Amino acid sequence: MAQFKSPADLARTRQRIISRRARKRFIAINASGTCGLAYGSDQVFQAFVAEIERQGLTEQVGVRATGCLGFCENSPIAIIFPEEISYFRVKPSDVPEIVSKTLAGKKLVNRLLYKDGNGKKIVREGEIPFYKHQSRIVFGNNRLIDPKSIDDYIALGGYSALSKALFEMSPEEVVETVKRANLRGRGGGGFPTGKKWETTRNAPGEIKFVIVNADEGDPGAYMDRSLLEGNPHSVLEGLIIGAYAIGSHEGYVYVRQEYPLAVENLFIALNQAREYGLLGKNIIGSGFNFDVAIHRGAGAFVSGESSALMTAIEGRVGEPRPKYIRTAVSGIRERPSNLNNVETWATVPLIISKGADWFTSIGTAESKGTKIFSLVGKVNNTGLVEVPMGMTLREIIYDIGGGIRQGKKFKAVQTGGPSGGCLPESLIDIPVDFDELTKVGSMMGSGGMIVMDEDDCMVDVARYFLTFLAEESCGKCIPCREGIRQMLHILIRICDGQGQTGDIELLEELSEVIQDASLCALGTTAPNPVLSTIRNFRDEYEEHVKERRCPSGVCKALISYYIQPERCQACLLCLRECPVGAITGGKNLVHVIDQDKCTKCGTCLEVCPPRFAAVLILSGEPVPAAPPQGTKVERTKGTQQ
Amino acid sequence: MAQKLSKIDRIIAKYQADKSALIQMLLEIQRENRWLPPKALERLSQRLGIPTNQIYHIATFYKAFSLIPQGRHAVSVCLGTACHVRGAPRLLDRVTDALCIGPGETSTDMKFTLSTVNCLGCCALGPVMVVDGEYHGNPSGKEIKRVIAMCD
Amino acid sequence: MKKVQKVTLTINKREVRAKEGMTILEAARDAGIHIPTLCYHEKLATYGACRLCTVEISRNGRTQLVTACVYPADDGLVVKTDSPRLTKIRKMLLELMLASSPAKTIQGLAQQYGVAKPRFEAKKTNCILCGLCVRYCNEIKQANAIGFVGRGTERRVVFFPEIASTVCASCRECFSLCPTGKLPSETDGVCFDDLTLEDFLSTKQAKV
Ligand SMILES: Cc1cc2nc3c(=O)[nH]c(=O)nc-3n(C[C@H](O)[C@H](O)[C@H](O)COP(=O)(O)O)c2cc1C
Ligand code: SF4
Ligand code: FES
Ligand code: FES
Repeated sequence: MAQFKSPADLARTRQRIISRRARKRFIAINASGTCGLAYGSDQVFQAFVAEIERQGLTEQVGVRATGCLGFCENSPIAIIFPEEISYFRVKPSDVPEIVSKTLAGKKLVNRLLYKDGNGKKIVREGEIPFYKHQSRIVFGNNRLIDPKSIDDYIALGGYSALSKALFEMSPEEVVETVKRANLRGRGGGGFPTGKKWETTRNAPGEIKFVIVNADEGDPGAYMDRSLLEGNPHSVLEGLIIGAYAIGSHEGYVYVRQEYPLAVENLFIALNQAREYGLLGKNIIGSGFNFDVAIHRGAGAFVSGESSALMTAIEGRVGEPRPKYIRTAVSGIRERPSNLNNVETWATVPLIISKGADWFTSIGTAESKGTKIFSLVGKVNNTGLVEVPMGMTLREIIYDIGGGIRQGKKFKAVQTGGPSGGCLPESLIDIPVDFDELTKVGSMMGSGGMIVMDEDDCMVDVARYFLTFLAEESCGKCIPCREGIRQMLHILIRICDGQGQTGDIELLEELSEVIQDASLCALGTTAPNPVLSTIRNFRDEYEEHVKERRCPSGVCKALISYYIQPERCQACLLCLRECPVGAITGGKNLVHVIDQDKCTKCGTCLEVCPPRFAAVLILSGEPVPAAPPQGTKVERTKGTQQ
Repeated sequence: MAQKLSKIDRIIAKYQADKSALIQMLLEIQRENRWLPPKALERLSQRLGIPTNQIYHIATFYKAFSLIPQGRHAVSVCLGTACHVRGAPRLLDRVTDALCIGPGETSTDMKFTLSTVNCLGCCALGPVMVVDGEYHGNPSGKEIKRVIAMCD
Repeated sequence: MKKVQKVTLTINKREVRAKEGMTILEAARDAGIHIPTLCYHEKLATYGACRLCTVEISRNGRTQLVTACVYPADDGLVVKTDSPRLTKIRKMLLELMLASSPAKTIQGLAQQYGVAKPRFEAKKTNCILCGLCVRYCNEIKQANAIGFVGRGTERRVVFFPEIASTVCASCRECFSLCPTGKLPSETDGVCFDDLTLEDFLSTKQAKV
C-alpha cells in the first residue's frame, strides 16, 4: 500500500474509495462489538454474507460488520443503508427472507421492525424514539464503519482533520482551537482539555508523551469500549492531532485486557494507519513523526487514575503517586505526559474539522458538546446513548429510555460510578452537565447512568459500591483503605439488621475524613455513593436501623418470603423448584414456606405464575402463622390448574 | 520444565527483555498457563533484573493474574452495577451452589474456576454469566445446570 | 557548586527559611515545629500513606489540605499545622489505625488527639502498612526480602523466605523502624506465619 505523501494523496484515495462504492447499498450488522457478539450477531453476519452471495447480490450490496450500535438489547441488529431500514433481534433463519424481500425486492419484513409502546411499527432507525432524541456526533459513525477497515473511515472524511491540522494549522492554533471549543475531559473530572494540552506543551523537556485512557474501570459503563471497538481510527486521529499540538512523538493506549476485541481492532487500526503513512515517520509528508504502543492493563480500577496509569506503563505497580506535581508536567518517566479519555480523543477530530464555534453551539454554558451515557438498569430501552450536554435526566430516562420497566416506580438514577451518587425523583429535572451533577453531590464520571426502581434498596446500593471500592482501592493510604473498610463494615451491619443508633452519623463522620485526607481521587470520592444515598434517602437508612426493615425487600436478613394461602393454587412449581426443599404442601394443598429452612434465594417468587402472584416479600412484620397442615386451596374464579 | 522455560524466554524476547513491559509479559504467561507458576516468575526476575518482591506485588495486585492454577473452564458472573440491580447477587448464589465453589475458587478436580467481573458491556442482557467466553443472559436455575453439565 | 536557593514561608504565623527543594515537613522540623508523622523516614523516598502529617496551606485566599512530608516548601507559602479541622482528621486516622493495631505508639498518639473509646470493629493484624520495613529493605539495604502483596483492604506485608532466610538474621534493621512492634526487636520465638505469601493466598481463598 502506498503511503500518503501529501494531503492530495489522502483526498485522492478517499475519492477512489467513494467512487468504487458509489452504487452499492450496504447492510450493517453489529458483529464487531462485544455486545452484539454476545447475542449471536456473528452468525447473522455470516448468514448475510452467504445468502447475498447465493442470491447473486454481491455486486449490489455490501455487508459490513460494525461495532456497537447503541441499542444493544435488541441485538442482533441489521440496518440497511441508504434507507436506514432497521431490523432487530434478527436470527440467522430470518436472513434469506430479508435478502430476498428487502435487498432483492422492495418489501419489508414487518415482524423484525421496531414496535413502539403502542405497537406501531417503525421502519427507519432515526425515527425510533430511542435514537430520535439523541445527537450521535461522536458515536454515530459506528454504524457506517467496519472497524477493521481504514477505508470505511477514510470514506467518511477520516483523517482529513489530521491533514488540516498538520498542513493548515500551527500546533499553537490547534491548542487554541481546542481551548476555544471549551472541550472538557470525558473521563470523569471534566478538566479543560486545551488547558491541559497547553501545560504539557509548555512544560520543559524534549520528550513528551500522549496517552489514551481506555481503562474504563467504572463497573457500569462501556462507551469507551464501544468507541475503541467500533471506531478505533477516530480515537487514533484525535491522538495524533493532540501529539502534533503538544509536540509529542510517542503515544500509548492503555486499554484493559478484559476488552480483547478492542485491543484487536485497535491493533489492526494502528497497522493500517502505519501502512498509509498516517502513523510513523513523516506523517502525510508533513515532517511530523509520531507512533503509538498499546499497553494492556491487567485489571485494577485504580490504575485508571492518571498517575497510577503512568506508573503502570513504566511496568510498575499501578498505584497513585503521592506527588503534588501534575502528570502534565511530570508523568511517564518524569516526562511531561498528557492523558485523555477515549471519548475526549474521539471528539478532537470533529472540533478540528468543524471548528470551535460549531462545538460550542452544542451543550450548556460551561459544558460543551455531547456526552455518551450507558443507560442501563431498570429502563425499558437500555444501551449507549449520546445526547447534548444539558438534556435533563427525565428526557434521557423517559424519552430515550422509554421509562421504567414493568410499569414500576422510578426511585433513583446513579451517575458517576463508584465516585458518583444516587439522585432521587426530585432532582430528575436537572440538566445533565459536569457542574450540575457535581452541585447535587454526584458526578458525570465516565457516563454510567443506572436507573433504579422501587425494588432497589439504597443502602444495598451504597454497600455494593463500597464493596467494589474496598477491593479496588490500592490499599496504600490509611483513610482510604481503613476508612472504606469501616464504612463497608457499618453498611453490612445495617443491611444485616444489626445497625446501631449513631451508625448513620458515624458514616458521615468517616466520609468527611476520607474525603479530606485520602491520597488520590479514588479515596476522596469514595464516600459519594454513601453520602448521596444518606442525603437523598435517609428514611431508608433509618428504617433499616430503627425498624429493622428493608422497604424494598432486598436485604436478605430483613425479609421473609411468604405464600399467601388465599392466593396459592397449589401448582407445585415453587415446591419443586425450591433448592433447599423448604416448601411443603401437595396437590390441592396450600404451599407453606418453612422459614427456618428458607435461604431467601427468591426462587419461589420468581416461578410463581404472575396470574396467581401468591408469593410476597415481607419486611419489618412477622410472618403470619401458617394455615394448619392439609389446608385445601381456595380455587379463585377463572384460574385453572 | 526446560521446555516451559524456553516458552517464557520466548515471551521475554518478544518484549526485548524490556523491564517496563513486565505487566505485558505476565499477561502472556497467565494466558498460556492459566496461572503464574513460581518458576516462571523466578525466571522473569532473573532475566529482567527485577526483584521477586516487586513481581509478586504486581502479580497479586491485578485481577487478571492468579498465583494458583485455574480450572479448565472459566465461569464468571458479572457484578457490574446494572447486573447488580438486576439480581446478580442471586445469580452468583445459584452458580456457587451449582458448582460447589465460591467466587475466586477452583474446584478440586481442576474443572471449574468461578470468578466475578465488572460490566461486560452487555448490561441489557443482565444479569450475565459467562462460561468459556459464551454469554448467558439471566439464566434460570435449569439453564445454569445445563450449561455446566455441557462442560467436560 | 550551585548555590542552594533559600525560600521563605510562614508556618503557624512564624516566618521560616528553608532550602529550595525541601518539603514542608523538613522545613518545619528545621525550625523546631512539630508535625506528627508515622510513615515518614528521612532516608526514604516520599510515601505519603499515613496522612497524619496533613496540614493546611493557603495561597491566593484558598485553603488546601496537603501532606507535609510530600508538599514542597514553596516560597511565600502559608502553612497551618494545627486547627480544629486537622485535629478532627488526625483523630479519625488514629482511631482507624487503632482498629488494626493496639500498639503503644498508636495509643499514645490517639490519646493525644482525643480518641476516647475506639468505635471500630478491630481487625488486629497489628500492621498499619506504613511500609517502613519494606521500603527500608528495598531502598537502603536493597535486599528485597520483604514486600507488599494484594491491594485494597487485603493489602499486606510478606517476607520472601528464599531471601529472608539468608539475609534477615544478620540484619534486622527494619525491626526497630516498625511503629507497632509487629516486627519485634528480637526475632527469637516469634512466629511470622501471617507474613508469608502462602498465608496471604490461603486467606484470600478462604475469604470468598
Ligand atoms: C480511581 C480512578 C479511576 C479512573 N478511571 C478512569 C478510567 O477508567 N478512564 C478514564 O478515562 N479516566 C479515569 N479516571 C480519570 C483519570 O484520572 C483522568 O482524569 C482522565 O483519564 C483524564 O482524561 P480526560 O481529561 O479526557 O477526562 C480515573 C480516576 C480515578 C481517580
Ligand atoms: S486514596 Fe485509596 S487508592 Fe488512592 S492512594 Fe490512597 S489507598 Fe490508594
Ligand atoms: S453490568 Fe453486567 S454487563 Fe454491564
Ligand atoms: S508522614 Fe506524611 S503521610 Fe505519613
